[in-house]
Amino acid sequence: MPRKTADMTNQMISAQGLTQTFPAKGKVVEAVRSVDLEVDAGELVAFLGPNGAGKSTTLRMLTTLLPPTSGEAIVAGSDIRRDPAGVRRRIGYVGQGNSGGHTQRVRDELHAQGAFYGMGRRETRARAAELIDSLELGQVAGRQVQSLSGGQKRRLDIALGLIHRPELLFLDEPSTGLDPHSRANLWEHIVELRRETGTTIFLTTHYLDEADQLAERVMVMDHGQVIADDTAWALKESLAGDRVSLTFDSASDAAAAAARIGGEASGQLVTVTAPGGDRALPRYIRSLGDAGLDVVAATHRQPTLDDVFLALTGRTLREEAAHAEAVDEPALAG
Amino acid sequence: MTTIDTTARPTGFLRDTASVFVRESRPLVRDPFSVIFSLVQPLVFLGLFGPLLIGAAGGDAASTLQWFVPGILVMVALFGTASTGANLLFEMQTGSHERTLVAPLSRSALLVGRALKEVVPLVIQGTIVVLVAVPFGFSLDVPGLIAGLAVLAVFGIGFGALSYTLALACRNRDWMFWMVHQTLLFPLMILSGMLLPLEDGPAWMQVAAAINPLSYLVGAERALLAGDFGAPAVVGGIIAAAVTCAIGIVVGVRAMKRAR
Repeated sequence: MPRKTADMTNQMISAQGLTQTFPAKGKVVEAVRSVDLEVDAGELVAFLGPNGAGKSTTLRMLTTLLPPTSGEAIVAGSDIRRDPAGVRRRIGYVGQGNSGGHTQRVRDELHAQGAFYGMGRRETRARAAELIDSLELGQVAGRQVQSLSGGQKRRLDIALGLIHRPELLFLDEPSTGLDPHSRANLWEHIVELRRETGTTIFLTTHYLDEADQLAERVMVMDHGQVIADDTAWALKESLAGDRVSLTFDSASDAAAAAARIGGEASGQLVTVTAPGGDRALPRYIRSLGDAGLDVVAATHRQPTLDDVFLALTGRTLREEAAHAEAVDEPALAG
Repeated sequence: MTTIDTTARPTGFLRDTASVFVRESRPLVRDPFSVIFSLVQPLVFLGLFGPLLIGAAGGDAASTLQWFVPGILVMVALFGTASTGANLLFEMQTGSHERTLVAPLSRSALLVGRALKEVVPLVIQGTIVVLVAVPFGFSLDVPGLIAGLAVLAVFGIGFGALSYTLALACRNRDWMFWMVHQTLLFPLMILSGMLLPLEDGPAWMQVAAAINPLSYLVGAERALLAGDFGAPAVVGGIIAAAVTCAIGIVVGVRAMKRAR
């Protein structure tokens, strides 16, 4: 019997000390190091981190694909070790690869997936039709999976993950390899799904904009550990702060202004990190004006998750991603 | 989460096996031509090797075909099922296999359903080969053919399961799969007496044939397709097919249970 925990009525994922180690070349590699997670029903959580941070490995443990080396987790009400079948019945999983069989027809694959989840024929057909409609797969429903575009394949993957109306959906790098248009389209579908069904969504990504666009809550992972866990807004506010830039007539004015407000001068430009930068900006202009330092131009920029990652690790995710995906990343992350 | 179990009912092994079987068979139903396509090789042997054999044997065409066609049937079973693991190999490299591992399906069903699917193309292909040979003088014994195809089907399930096992063992090393496949297949074929009789071969070849389950299968098919149900070779063939099937399923299920 699945172990039910009465005090977790609202908890979708609860993990303590999840650890995964692999032997590699005579050494033990710690891919995931004692990760604790709490995700409530209805949340949309992004697991953000560079490639190799341990995001997918954590996901594979939570979805029962990989037994943890140590640690415990209750996912969708079932223990991943004691009742993996219970977990599997209740979760949807969209892995990194394309999950439709190449020679299968799109609709057939959805029907097969329904049968895999023990759904009746009629129910499966109705649900497949619904998903084909909502994920805009109508035009390709009778085609072989191998003839689909990258975006269409990804939407099929999501449809396959949703056939049994799971209350918890895992998405592993949902938009990797897609062009900007398909990515935006995919995000719309994810947001729409969330709005309509309230499905709890747990996704991994190494795209900053993806985490920013989709998730209310961001867990930052690096070197197998969760190094930050909060709303995207709070992370930016507490770790990075807003960026205010002020331009002056001369470098000497800029230097004087930088000294007064604790910023950094560079030529005629002064930059300063300030929480609540939109409110701080008029104050700076006023107080510097009173001191005879006239601000000629001012901008205020909200921090990005990359600023957060930089503040946490001293590295930028964009650099990390550039190593892995030299072609794809610069155009999209900017 | 006490009322969580509403959308999905628990599934059992038989039901899961049926679901996997249906999924695997669908491309075949949608695109029956693929079955014909994989018949090219056996038909080439039948059409190009057959006449040479008839000439070399010096006998009449009909009796040579009676000897040769059952061997081609075994070839159909051997080649058709030996490469089926490549489909799984491919699905392991995309995300299809992983998707089935996250679904609440019994691991055994994932293997058995796939292996059972081998029966469908095998029976269709075997029937076509026999029907093609009939106009050239092959005499058809219908109960014998049905029995022969049944024995082949049992063998095919087992050999298909072994091919899936090889795929699971090779994971993303395609080359290893094809290397083992190529290395084993032709010796197995030649050392079964499927193409040429081994009675005139050296003693070591006859020893090799004696431990090759395919030689028993070829012997049984020759007897069954001639309508000779009482021949001792039939028993040997049934045992060879059953043993192959049992071993294939056991090691295949074990490999699938370890798959991740």
